Amino acid sequence: MTIRGKAHIAGAYEHPDRKIPDKSLAQVHAEVAIGALNDAGLAMRDVDAYFCAGDAPGFGPVSMADYLGLRNLRYLDSTETGGSSYLTHVGHAAAAIAAGKCRVALITLAGLPRSQHTPSGQRPSRSGAPEAGFESVFGPTTVSMYALAARRHMHEFGTTGTQLAAIKVAASQHAQHNPRAMLPVPVTVEEVLDSPMISDPLHRLDCCVITDGGGALVVVAPEVAAGLPRQTVKVLGHGESPKLADNGRIDLTRTGAVWSGPRAMEEAGVTHADIDYASIYDSFTITVLQAIEDLGFCDKGKGGGFVADGALLAPHGRLPFNTDGGGLCNNHPANRGGMTKVIEAVRQLRGEASAAVQVPDCELALAHGNGGSLGTRSAAATLILGREDA
Amino acid sequence: MSGGHRVTAPGILRPVPLPAPAPPVNPETKPYWDATARGQLLVTQCADCQALIWYPRGFCPECASPRTRWLPVSGRGHVYSYTVNYRGEGAYQGCGPYVIAYVELDEGPRMMTNIVGAVPEALQVGMPVEVVFHDTGEGSALPRFRPA
Repeated sequence: MTIRGKAHIAGAYEHPDRKIPDKSLAQVHAEVAIGALNDAGLAMRDVDAYFCAGDAPGFGPVSMADYLGLRNLRYLDSTETGGSSYLTHVGHAAAAIAAGKCRVALITLAGLPRSQHTPSGQRPSRSGAPEAGFESVFGPTTVSMYALAARRHMHEFGTTGTQLAAIKVAASQHAQHNPRAMLPVPVTVEEVLDSPMISDPLHRLDCCVITDGGGALVVVAPEVAAGLPRQTVKVLGHGESPKLADNGRIDLTRTGAVWSGPRAMEEAGVTHADIDYASIYDSFTITVLQAIEDLGFCDKGKGGGFVADGALLAPHGRLPFNTDGGGLCNNHPANRGGMTKVIEAVRQLRGEASAAVQVPDCELALAHGNGGSLGTRSAAATLILGREDA
Repeated sequence: MSGGHRVTAPGILRPVPLPAPAPPVNPETKPYWDATARGQLLVTQCADCQALIWYPRGFCPECASPRTRWLPVSGRGHVYSYTVNYRGEGAYQGCGPYVIAYVELDEGPRMMTNIVGAVPEALQVGMPVEVVFHDTGEGSALPRFRPA
């Protein structure tokens, strides 16, 4: 059994704000839930499955279900894999729908790190984790964990800071067409390399933005989708995998995309050449580079040349990516970028991306997320999504 | 004890002490941290399949055996990757740039640590290093590495 075509994304909504000082976390979850349900043409009473991750306040999915008044739930999932959680949720929702466990699944994400002044480098608290004492005492920050991966990638493959900067440049070219983007001004490679060093070799402009906000998705059974006025998007394939530190054999240059990507593409029955658009998680520039290689869009170690060649630029690059400006320029709500990756892929497949970056005749999209620390202890999730007629 | 560096003028680095925060210790990890206070670096080894286990734990992730023992290692290795971090948080907030690294021990495992006693410009992936211990003041010491 596969999930191919057995569930549709009927609603997708990105919170319009990037700073929300006057609302609670639960309120923002509620706003995005309503936004996605309105987009789908559905209501709270229609929801029979609820998915959320570690950003949701309270007791797993129960507190938010209670707050929202979701009285008809028969399926819950609070899989927590950091920024990749929401892509995983789409896959799990599709499987649950295919198995007949539910028909309308709501997935929400919200966070207020900007208003709450969460330190930019602070790693999520994992104080009880069995590895904690052997790592946290040395002062690792989120950025530094990715910097370690970038340094090793440079050592093994000759990747350069200039090549990494090309990823930010492409994202900024797209962000200029998004009136909601936090950083809408295009930047140059030189500006990236001249920005302050945060954790060598990553500069400030190699890092994503920190924003308040959120997003939500509604995943429904095909028979529900058929009765909705809105164009939906088919879920065609899903893959997920953890990447472990593996008993001291840490490999900083490979991510879980090595496994999640082929699983998703096999389930969908597609090849790389079929993919018209890709949403690729971009917590940092190196996150994108490694994902592109590990998903197989170029050979391992050749990502630097691939991105420096303009491949990522929409609408006509070889692999147009993150046309909303991504986490690097547009939005990274709750310090988790997976939700917005799915939302922009849905926009592309509906033909509703900004006109300047809309990929012509966009039929198949890939969305990929990574959560945790790149290469060390992380989780990857990949989705293949298709236009309604795909 | 030194290792952090503060930029006092462009290109000039002054060694400053790095914080040495005490680790969380539990019954499973206490022998490891007790040994660090004696200046000894231990790993765990599976008593059944003999695999070395890192990070230390009372369980073998290679063969699922719960029988493990402590094994002293050389404290020598080389840098697998490193970063000069300019934005410390928590105990490291405001301490100035410091070096976070993975060191591959001669015995095999790759462990997170700090590199001390070297200016960042001198660092290289692959450079040989040896362990030093920085007292936390709470019955344990942090295994950091310096150029060998």
